[in-house]
Amino acid sequence: MSNVSVDTNDSSVNDNQPQDNPRRRFLTVATSVVGAAGVVGVAVPFIGSWSPSERAKAAGADVQIDISKIQPGQMIRVIWRSKPVWVVRRTPELLASLAKHEDSLKDPNSEQEQQPAFAKNRYRSLKEEYLILVGICTHLGCSPQHLANGAFEEYVEGVDEGFFCPCHGSKFDMAGRVFDGVPAPLNLVVPPYQFVDDNTVIIGSEAEGAA
Amino acid sequence: MFKNLLDWIEYRIPMMRVANMHAIQYPAPKNMNFWYIFGFLATIVLINQIVTGVWLTMNFVPSSEGAFASVEYIMRDVPYGDILRYMHSTGASAFFIVVYLHMFRGMMYGSYQKPRELLWLFGMFIYLALMAEAFMGYVLPWGQMSYWGAQVIVSLFSAIPIIGPDLVEWIQGDYVISGATLNRFFALHVIALPLVIVILVFLHIVALHEVGSNNPDGVEVKRKKGSLTEEQKTKFKMHEYYTSKYDIIDDVVPFFPHIVLKDLVAFAAFLFIFCYIMFFAPGMGGYFLEHPNFEIANPLKTPEHIFPVWYFTPFYAILKAVPDKLGGVIAMFAAIIALFLLPWIDRGKVKSWRYRCGFHRWNLLIFAAVFIFLGYLGGTPQENWKIIASRIGTIMYFGFFLLLFIYSRNENTKPVPERITK
Repeated sequence: MSNVSVDTNDSSVNDNQPQDNPRRRFLTVATSVVGAAGVVGVAVPFIGSWSPSERAKAAGADVQIDISKIQPGQMIRVIWRSKPVWVVRRTPELLASLAKHEDSLKDPNSEQEQQPAFAKNRYRSLKEEYLILVGICTHLGCSPQHLANGAFEEYVEGVDEGFFCPCHGSKFDMAGRVFDGVPAPLNLVVPPYQFVDDNTVIIGSEAEGAA
Repeated sequence: MFKNLLDWIEYRIPMMRVANMHAIQYPAPKNMNFWYIFGFLATIVLINQIVTGVWLTMNFVPSSEGAFASVEYIMRDVPYGDILRYMHSTGASAFFIVVYLHMFRGMMYGSYQKPRELLWLFGMFIYLALMAEAFMGYVLPWGQMSYWGAQVIVSLFSAIPIIGPDLVEWIQGDYVISGATLNRFFALHVIALPLVIVILVFLHIVALHEVGSNNPDGVEVKRKKGSLTEEQKTKFKMHEYYTSKYDIIDDVVPFFPHIVLKDLVAFAAFLFIFCYIMFFAPGMGGYFLEHPNFEIANPLKTPEHIFPVWYFTPFYAILKAVPDKLGGVIAMFAAIIALFLLPWIDRGKVKSWRYRCGFHRWNLLIFAAVFIFLGYLGGTPQENWKIIASRIGTIMYFGFFLLLFIYSRNENTKPVPERITK
């Protein structure tokens, strides 16, 4: 090869390393940079393709629900973004009991951002009576069970209603606040929602200026 | 005629040369025992998984609407569909059984130590790819456990600070586990990961044949060129790739027929067990195929107990043992990373536990027992005492590596023999 090479560099005739000179070095670097940019460009569709599709996004649009038929103490489940959303109409007795066990909660005042600003209160709701939660455990995404009429007392003494996750035993009160000593780190998520009128709730967006 | 054909081929591609080098005239230590069958068995199971997998793909429908029904269709209507599916599902569990035993062998005889570190790393990467492959495969039938298992595993990534929630959405391709997730897991399970695994197995074998097989005595059979007399050298004809670089001591046998025949006997015995399970207990009492998975996935109803399949349960127990979410995820991954780092954690110079200190033997046996116990804890319903037990187990798991790191520095070892003992 060396006898046909034009820019022979004596020190490296015997190996196959490319001859080094500033122009060649520049070209090598420039080509590498352009090539790397090309790789990044090509990666965009492959990585971007994994994001939720337009259809998935459309399916994730707001849902409107009629709450006029929920009796006090009753819970209904609706689906929003394929997740279970619970709507509970809490009785005044239940609302009064929420203050009693705050010592044994991890985050009784909802300091962690697990709710829209309007729900950062003891009841974690816009209207005290209606509790609206995403029914997915903050530990590893199972759906907790609603245990009422004393069934919850088996898990937390003195609290007769709450949510219990069968996967890893996380416990939440009737405001979706997590109890101490369980694997779930955070309170249940309160989705953004708004009341259109007394009987209708839209889940997925907040009213303008709600706080 | 046949000879001419072989010559014709050999002139154009090194078929016999490669076969001689890697499968026939490969010098294998003569004392390879029972524990040396699992690499061969793992290869057989891999072939089984690929072939049955291709056949299952012919009738499987990778969509959230069609997956569960298509699996039922395979089970009930496709000729021999049930056999093919059970070969595949039993094969998945068999794969992990032989791989775990294969890894334990490596730990007993120090097969990860210098110069086999890279060989061990390739093996660990195979194990990692295998876990991903098995996890995604388990999602495909779209039963309750498929769905909720995927939910739990994918949610692990949400523990990563800042990018976690977005990353989960990106992996799922939706706001929850959905048909989009099923489809991409199908693509990865059927083509991407099998390619990765096959390439890694190839590299694993190339690396093995470069450094040579270890053996229960941990005695090197390849010696420095010129260090052995003609008497001491092996009388078998080994491939010149090995003999040109080393003197091979008279403690080896050629891979074919000696090792191949031994492996075939093991294979026959393995088939008895495999076929018994496949025909008579393919669900293995809910361990190989979990009961909730016979019910179609329902995003609104979590099964009463969620466990991964048995081969993940030791790590699952570690995940649950830590009361903090991110901490649990870190501990679980650290448990796997610790295995990757074994060649550097073990600072000992003696390979086989036969010649290492008695404490090492106990440390390793207890480690194996703790691993199995964690598997039990992670695979049975949650109870209070189990949380404490899995915390102790987790500490003991990591304790194995810590102790090994400490005592292997100045270990009281026995003299390693010059030659293989029988």
